[in-house]
Amino acid sequence: MTSLGARPLQDAVSDPAVGVLAVDEAPNPWFRPSYVRDNWDTILAYAGEHVRLTVAAVVIGAALALPLALAARRSRLLSAPVLGLSTVVYTIPSLAMFALLVPFTGLSSTTVLVGLVAYSLVILVRNFLAGLQGVPDDVREAARGMGLSGAQTFWRVDLPLALPAFMAGLRIATVSTVALTTVGVLVGHGGLGQLITGGFAANFYRAEIVTGAVGCVLLALAADLLLAGVERLLTPWARAARA
Amino acid sequence: MSDFSRALRYLNDPLNWSRPNGITDLTLEHLGISAAAVLAAMLVALPVGTALGTARRGAGLVVVLSNVSRAVPTLALLTLFAVSPIGFGNRATAIALAVFAVPPILTNTFVGFRGVDPEVREASRGMGMSRGQVLARVELPLALPLVMTGIRTAAVQVVATAGLAALVGGGGLGRIVNLGFGQQDYGVMIAGAILVAGLALLAELVLALVSWAATPGPRRLPFLRARTAGGGVGVPEPTASGVPL
Repeated sequence: MTSLGARPLQDAVSDPAVGVLAVDEAPNPWFRPSYVRDNWDTILAYAGEHVRLTVAAVVIGAALALPLALAARRSRLLSAPVLGLSTVVYTIPSLAMFALLVPFTGLSSTTVLVGLVAYSLVILVRNFLAGLQGVPDDVREAARGMGLSGAQTFWRVDLPLALPAFMAGLRIATVSTVALTTVGVLVGHGGLGQLITGGFAANFYRAEIVTGAVGCVLLALAADLLLAGVERLLTPWARAARA
Repeated sequence: MSDFSRALRYLNDPLNWSRPNGITDLTLEHLGISAAAVLAAMLVALPVGTALGTARRGAGLVVVLSNVSRAVPTLALLTLFAVSPIGFGNRATAIALAVFAVPPILTNTFVGFRGVDPEVREASRGMGMSRGQVLARVELPLALPLVMTGIRTAAVQVVATAGLAALVGGGGLGRIVNLGFGQQDYGVMIAGAILVAGLALLAELVLALVSWAATPGPRRLPFLRARTAGGGVGVPEPTASGVPL
């Protein structure tokens, strides 16, 4: 971690041939399969942390966002501050967010998790609210006229109709959380981000940096595909309509 | 909260502002890198977005670009440019940030120009305007609110992200956070965090006012527009494209 504060030597990168350390004279490829093979356990451990943080952040964010969105739909008085506050939270840089949390939660993964939950919450509340507001009032009134209670209306009318918007929000939140988790390296819990700064600190070892970056993108793609599949399974009527 | 009072004391010390590499220097460096990045991104994204938007083609490309940019960690791109032949320093940081600023501007410009009513275009053509006149006097004013939103989103994102450059040896206000972290002095770290967050919020405010002033027609206050901005599922949500931080 101390290496993060250090300012590396300028000429070490600008000209690989004029190295300071012996490592510089070794080839520094962008990708090396043997690196991935040899460090598979480390990479897997970081990827595991990355997945755990992302899943926890999105799940907690969704659990908090749903009641907030429901409350914001009910009263206009509440929806303006909820949306306004979410804009402000989204503007705060992640570096600043994590730095502000450190005095409270220390150098733990909790720091990263709290920050990630805040960001995912912002995206999810907006999308959940948009989805709920997209449910036509006539339909809800018809449901009431048919004698459905509030909870029944939510489960049987609101939720199915707003599901595409909910899933879109979940996908955006998940993908951006995967990318954001890397900044957790500030407190030593950045998942695959550890490889990115680790490679930078290890005399600019490119293979490690690229492995971390590509790992993040693959993780985000896999999560997005998974959620797209879930959405397909949950909305069979959408497929029927398209066919 | 001794950490917070230490942060306040750090911010109140005039020497911390005025000395070389103090807060003033770092803020100017931060703003310089950000401005260069946003201007470079605008040079690329505005013409391409306008061309694609008026032709109403390439929606798939724009969506893919804005989605992919969300998945690539900014930290990774900053690091990759630093270890590439460009070398690290402010130039690599600005290029990496510009890459991230392109998708929001491109998406919004594209959506803005695509949203212009074809009948309005036909009418202005029928009134004898040339293609250039239609573009400059009809389409641009109609698309301007969204274009400005894109530039604002990108600029705020760039100002916020520039703080990360310090993690990989770059300049800007993030260095104060990094310095505080390296010395285990949470007061300095919080002071840096406050400065970075404050600068990002200030950029948001200033640019919101600029886009409000630049928007022709009946002017609504920028923060009131958020209420109507909901809806629209399926189309790329212009304001949320790109990664935060």
